[in-house]
Amino acid sequence: MEVLSPYKEAADVIFEAGGEPLKLCYQCGLCTSICPWNLVRNFLVRRIMHEAQLGATDFGSEDVWTCVTCRACVQHCPRGVEIIDVMRAVRRAVASLGIGIVPDALRISAKNIAGVGNPLGEAPEKRNDWAKDLQVKDFASGTELLYFPCCIPSYDPDAKMVARSTVAIFNKLGIDYGIIGTEAKCCGEAIRKAGHEETFLSLAQNNIGLFNSSGVKTVIVSSPHCYHTFKDEYPELGGKFEVIHITQYLASLIDEGKLKLSKKIDKKVIYSDPCYLGRHHDIYDEPRKILQSIPGLELIEFPDARENGLCCGGGGGRIWMDTPKGERFSDIRVDQAVDKGAETIALACPYCLLNYRDSVLSMGKAETVQIRDITELVAEAMTEE
Amino acid sequence: MEEIRIAVYVCHCGVNIAATVDVVEVARYAGTLPGVVLSRDYVFMCSDPGQDLIRQDTKEYNLNRVIVASCSPRLHEPTFRRVCESAGINRYLLEMVNIREQCSWTNEDKEANTEKAKALVDAAVRRVHYQEALEVKEAPYNSSTLIVGAGIAGIQAALEIANSEHKVYLVEREPSIGGHMIQLDKTFPTLDCSQCILTPKMSEVGSHPYIELLAYSEVEEVSGYVGNFKAKIRKKARYVDESKCTGCAVCMQKCPYTTDSEFDLGLTKRKAAYIPFPQAIPNVATIDPDICIYIQSEGKKCGACLKFCDVGAIDFNQQDEILEVEVGSIILATGFSLMDPKLIPQYGYGKYNDVVTGLEFERMVSPTGPTEGKIKLKDGRDPESVAIVHCVGSRDKNYHEYCSRVCCMYALKQANYIKEELPNTDVYQLYIDMRSFGDGYEEFYERLCEEGVIFIRGKVAQVTDQAMSDEERGKLIVVAEDTLLGRTIRIPVDMVILCNALEPQADAGEAASRFAVNQKATGFFLERHPKLDPVATPTEGVFVAGCCQSPKDIPDTVAQASAAAARILAMISKGKITLEAAVSAIDEEKCSGCKTCLNLCPFGAISFDEERKGCQINEALCKGCGVCAGACPSGAITARQFTDEEIVAQVEGVLV
Repeated sequence: MEVLSPYKEAADVIFEAGGEPLKLCYQCGLCTSICPWNLVRNFLVRRIMHEAQLGATDFGSEDVWTCVTCRACVQHCPRGVEIIDVMRAVRRAVASLGIGIVPDALRISAKNIAGVGNPLGEAPEKRNDWAKDLQVKDFASGTELLYFPCCIPSYDPDAKMVARSTVAIFNKLGIDYGIIGTEAKCCGEAIRKAGHEETFLSLAQNNIGLFNSSGVKTVIVSSPHCYHTFKDEYPELGGKFEVIHITQYLASLIDEGKLKLSKKIDKKVIYSDPCYLGRHHDIYDEPRKILQSIPGLELIEFPDARENGLCCGGGGGRIWMDTPKGERFSDIRVDQAVDKGAETIALACPYCLLNYRDSVLSMGKAETVQIRDITELVAEAMTEE
Repeated sequence: MEEIRIAVYVCHCGVNIAATVDVVEVARYAGTLPGVVLSRDYVFMCSDPGQDLIRQDTKEYNLNRVIVASCSPRLHEPTFRRVCESAGINRYLLEMVNIREQCSWTNEDKEANTEKAKALVDAAVRRVHYQEALEVKEAPYNSSTLIVGAGIAGIQAALEIANSEHKVYLVEREPSIGGHMIQLDKTFPTLDCSQCILTPKMSEVGSHPYIELLAYSEVEEVSGYVGNFKAKIRKKARYVDESKCTGCAVCMQKCPYTTDSEFDLGLTKRKAAYIPFPQAIPNVATIDPDICIYIQSEGKKCGACLKFCDVGAIDFNQQDEILEVEVGSIILATGFSLMDPKLIPQYGYGKYNDVVTGLEFERMVSPTGPTEGKIKLKDGRDPESVAIVHCVGSRDKNYHEYCSRVCCMYALKQANYIKEELPNTDVYQLYIDMRSFGDGYEEFYERLCEEGVIFIRGKVAQVTDQAMSDEERGKLIVVAEDTLLGRTIRIPVDMVILCNALEPQADAGEAASRFAVNQKATGFFLERHPKLDPVATPTEGVFVAGCCQSPKDIPDTVAQASAAAARILAMISKGKITLEAAVSAIDEEKCSGCKTCLNLCPFGAISFDEERKGCQINEALCKGCGVCAGACPSGAITARQFTDEEIVAQVEGVLV
């Protein structure tokens, strides 16, 4: 008979890697029954916590890499356990000590990020190519705002629209902003969640050095993931600047009467809350305010919106890993949106954008429902009739 | 002047102090300080041999000051004061130095701790040079008791004291006594009928010659001190003359206006003129001025009760009365309230008709309740399956971290109700841990297992009506992880009972400041010591009983209430109290009569003598807080035992 013995050394490795909060877990299982994975497959969050408590973690299991860090479980955990920190600690143990297997897809992205500073493996000098034909200034000391679009809109041919729409809005409003040089690298949020702590630290130091030496005081970001790491993780490494998500900024411009949306968009639009904007940072109202300011646009809601919003499946490094058909959260979301009669799914996160785009294409729904970033809709609504 | 002869004792407290403070070094150092004729370290100063040490040394070395460096004075100052007095040293010539809670336990750096302990001892040595013997006075102890709240805790305590033929004022803010217990159908684990065991006590309270029952009343103000409290009580107008009302309920039958019944938690209606439940004590009607149209229309409309009351008990001219009572002791037995489960929206309370709270279910199964004891869904059907959800807002950082302590057992009891009435109904218990620690509780748990109740270990994530299969359609689906199977489970049921958390009364904070007691982090009242004095509060003469101190079941509540009563009877039997002598004193010569102190005193201990044009202090009321002494512009007030010389010397000892 196979018996289990507690293995304290393994537990200590996890504790030291930041898994300390799991000591509080009393095994009620609320996390498992809240976790969205259990809509599509078995994923026993509680058991992972208990295995880690005993040092009985199966470091070779794919479960190590499953968590999308959407924070649904943390939000309700009765013991306040930062479950994401535990998941990250287990991954750190694998990545740094080599005591398990890092999935291939993740290993490639990690290598790209460490090597060329972006997960797509694109040339660093091409980072700002998306802005080539647009009138975009380089950030210089004294420029009011830095716009930091995230690697995906910088390189991905489709996602470039996010960055291009954003600067189109800025240019039209005469905002004093600039973009930073191609020495900038990935913010590192996701690779850190995927357990690659050393890579994260080197990315963060690079960006902090660059921002500080350029005199950056305020950064506007397109990605909730950049928002999260700049706001919550960079300060303790010396990166202290104000961080504003584009939806916050646009909502404030609407409040101040500086941004007026006049062109009608007669569409039923459904908004999907990004986990790192919503549950991680309680930003729910600003994106909705922007959409509701667009004339003609009818904003509808998913059955599980806001705090209960379903993740797209792209957090915690999952954006680089393959999720089999039938287990993709964004597929469920697209079905829900179509059921609700939505013509457009509005997004505010580049990872969501990639996942939803893949979903509508693979599901053959690209004609039924459009996938658009909020900035695209705003840029369109600003155009004079 | 007498030569100052100080002894310093440094306690090891086993390893509590000695492990992180070099006690030998501290004692050696103390021996070098001026006035110290003797210094020792000893393993347990509070033990008999430790105490004897002080007595022998006093004789041998002709001591007149004693310093004990050990634990907090809250623990052993009374012990060492007794020792000093038995050795012929005035209790105020003892000084305690706290080198445990404030030194050895705070830091693991032995060297730093030792230096700190030395500084603290130095401070005490300098201080005691200025300490003076103070005369201890006594005051009589009023043998009446005020009990606030007449649930089972207040009732039990009142009867214990009144049966010893001492007067009790029992105040209850609701129209009837009985509290939450009278709302219950049965009590675990013996399944005694709750009303059957409580109503005899209630009726005894109602007619007891030594109990003055003040129902529908609230305490508004408390002043005084242990042995001699004064309380102002507002007796709210019932608009019914209690002395005439026979409880015939004709007013209730004739009254045309209704509102939700508080007793039935809104599951039934009551009239504007009402007796909350048939066994109410006092069994008299109350007219609710917010609902009564006669009162609202200032006598222009209705008046049915006036017409039909045979004994002329209805009195719309009745006003609130303010009563002033003098008592020696106070028991707070103000109970608990229940958390609103709507705060946890995912459990669907308020959204789905058949999601109910435990107390609502208790009313449902009670023969006097809304369904006359029948377990029914809102549409009148019998439930085929019921889920009982534990820990709703308890053991949960998002709501209340503590365990509510009664839910596991009442959940079992309610499963039994269901199995008794509807044997074919499936009952699921969704628990995190089963806590059946009391006498007979584990056996009761076993009995429910035998009855076929299904236990699922997992915290419920959600109650939903979103069916995922035909089997689930039209049902409430309870979603959890069955943590023993390691699988997400969806249980379709007809009814969900939520065991919502017990929490402090909404106005516990106001009550705490009115009675000068403190609240714990949980909001419940703070006892003096969680283990050794769970009945008293830090305020002398004020006791706590029942759920106002922490969630507890009926046996524990009754035990605590009896203990509070016993403590009070002991004080009544002694008949007098010792007054603290370390209080403030006014030098009449220096007092200019500016009255600065008068308004600052938090205890109302200072008054102004018109004849002498100066302030004076009532030593019985003064708590020695020293606010007056600090504020007096002419330096006329001295806080005894905390004189400027004493404090400056102490500060020097720490800093120099």
